[in-house]
Amino acid sequence: MTGLEIGDRGVVAMSGGVDSSVTAALLVKEGHDVVAVSMRLYETAPRSDRSCCSPDDLFDARSVAAMLDVPFYVANYVDAFRERVIDYFVDEYRRGRTPNPCVACNNHLKFDVLLGRARALGGSWLATGHYARVVHEDGRWKLMRGVDANKNQSYFLYGLPRAELPRIRFPLGGLTKDEVRDMAAAHDLPTAQKKESQEICFVTGSSYKEFVRERLERDEVKPGRFVLEDGTVVGQHEGLHQFTVGQRRGLGIAWSEPLYVLELRTDVGDVLVGPRRGLETRSFQVDRCNWLRWEEPPALFESLVQIRYRAKPVPAQVTVGQGGAVHVEFETPQYAVAPGQVAVFYHGDEVLGGGFIESPRA
Amino acid sequence: MRRVYLDYNATTPLAPEAAAAMIDALRDLPGNPSSIHREGQRARAAVEQARRRVAELIGADFTEIVLTSGASEANNIAVAALGERGPLLTTAIEHPSVLAPAQRLAEVVRAQPGPHGELPEVPALIAQAEAAGVRGVSVMLANNETGNVLPVAQFARAARERGWWVHCDATQAVGKIPVDVEALGVDLLSLSSHKLYGPKGVGALYVRAGLELPPMIVGGHQERGRRAGTENVAAIVGMGEAARISAQLDLAAEAARQQELREALWAGIQAIEPGAHRQGLTDPALPNTLNVRFPGVDGETLLMNLDLEGIAVSAGSACSAGSLEPSHVILAMGVPYDEARGSVRFSLGRPTTEEEIQLVLKRLPVVLERTRSLAWG
Repeated sequence: MTGLEIGDRGVVAMSGGVDSSVTAALLVKEGHDVVAVSMRLYETAPRSDRSCCSPDDLFDARSVAAMLDVPFYVANYVDAFRERVIDYFVDEYRRGRTPNPCVACNNHLKFDVLLGRARALGGSWLATGHYARVVHEDGRWKLMRGVDANKNQSYFLYGLPRAELPRIRFPLGGLTKDEVRDMAAAHDLPTAQKKESQEICFVTGSSYKEFVRERLERDEVKPGRFVLEDGTVVGQHEGLHQFTVGQRRGLGIAWSEPLYVLELRTDVGDVLVGPRRGLETRSFQVDRCNWLRWEEPPALFESLVQIRYRAKPVPAQVTVGQGGAVHVEFETPQYAVAPGQVAVFYHGDEVLGGGFIESPRA
Repeated sequence: MRRVYLDYNATTPLAPEAAAAMIDALRDLPGNPSSIHREGQRARAAVEQARRRVAELIGADFTEIVLTSGASEANNIAVAALGERGPLLTTAIEHPSVLAPAQRLAEVVRAQPGPHGELPEVPALIAQAEAAGVRGVSVMLANNETGNVLPVAQFARAARERGWWVHCDATQAVGKIPVDVEALGVDLLSLSSHKLYGPKGVGALYVRAGLELPPMIVGGHQERGRRAGTENVAAIVGMGEAARISAQLDLAAEAARQQELREALWAGIQAIEPGAHRQGLTDPALPNTLNVRFPGVDGETLLMNLDLEGIAVSAGSACSAGSLEPSHVILAMGVPYDEARGSVRFSLGRPTTEEEIQLVLKRLPVVLERTRSLAWG
């Protein structure tokens, strides 16, 4: 019994997938006092081949923890997940925006309540299976890209609480997915061959459009028009929630040139469509920023800005105004900057910070 | 770290004598009890000896004991059989293996407990049941969460005057307090081996002589045609041995010993945590169960921290995903959901020592302080 002294105990968030399994295995092998915790996030049992945290996945996580001989617990975050992730997800579509539920989950569950839980279990750190790195360099803590360029998940992690960086561990950040799979096989982990989770974890059985529509009030799902910039009506749609800025497929409009969604006009229910050049954006605002590089950002800095998970970071000038309003000006115009999505600022491999995209057409 | 197990209501460790008897059976009794040769006869003899020991423990005749896979099976069968005869009177604090089959029945009168888990007056419930045309009663003898002992004999007397059948789930009581089917006056009674220091996966349903139940499993003549399937000889032998030990034990003395330890635990908890709230009656109650609510403490984190500090207790029930749900019993007592999550059940057993209780009290302040720190995050 050591009272409240903090030792080398820490919590590993286990989803039941191969990444978090290897994370736990690596930390156990290094001799840390590992407590494995799985987050239970929703009530129903989604199909386990496309998501995490279903009962099957919790079973897998438990099997891995048992194999590693570490304590394993399931933490019930069903209510918090509904309020902080699912409600947000639906609400963003309601507002004609494109949500990023993984960011919401990281910002408001994993690196918030789960981090608090780790501390309340006597832990001094929290580890997850993300492909990103936290390093101590130049006298400060930095969040860096994972070395596997294809798997790098630092984009989703810009919202980590800056003060907590020393207590967050990403043991897979220096590895490639193939290396992780090899390690899982070498450790004979039951999750070694599991498929990657790609879809939105809580959307099961149906498409996310169906999921959203089921959760909107009846009067919030109303048919509307597809209109061109000049006001020409080119078709009808069954509800704004089905569309995302930049979308081309599934519009069902026959037109002389390919049409893209340019804007969702929630006030009148219209979808503004047009040719691809209409998506060109030179500048946009970013809201609710979290900074990792600085306590307070400089008023003006050059950065590489990434506006979607799979997008390439591109050079831009970032201006931070009074009250923290952030304005991004691209060197060359970019396509499909979707309000609600996340813009993350990089310097080389380092994540400087990020926030939510607002009003790209302003 | 030395661990302290205080979850004897969940399960008990196998008595060394029962373990020895099981190993002997596994090694020396290879026959099928239904076979007519000597090997079969020896296995049959062992099964029947175990059956007699179970019968003796509860004051039944051995022909009245149906060996099952456990109390859940026995409860399922009993409730379904009662339900065939008509509406059922039961309580909201039964084990899920009674609640769930009762849920399937068309008409059920469910007695709701008061704030201490106590049931309403029996005559009032019987009158209510009578008005609903009830034909059967299923009431547990002792509640697994609170340890409350329910007035089964009183229910049974009133029920039998009216020609209703009475089932009693005595799973938590057998081995802790005296249980006698005649004194209780019940027609059906369920018990489980692993709650009385026998092996898991075996139990029994007492069926009063003369009662006809539909076969539980068909396709074999075992258990007098009431439950087909080759007997799990070693497990049954282990249960028989556990029953023998329980029957020989000075239950009153052991109950007094556990009760004293339990009260020491409660006194210590109150000293550490003056706001702690004891849930359930102190009398009539099992001698080993202490259910405590720690207001303002997250039960899930509390349970994890207790376990990490080497203290095995329970709080509510695990859902299929393995996360903690508040006890339906505590909820039925009117405790709000969030507060019910802060409830912890300590249940003592025959191996529990004074030293173990002191160890728990020594570790508890750290556990509570840590758990409270969750509020920072």
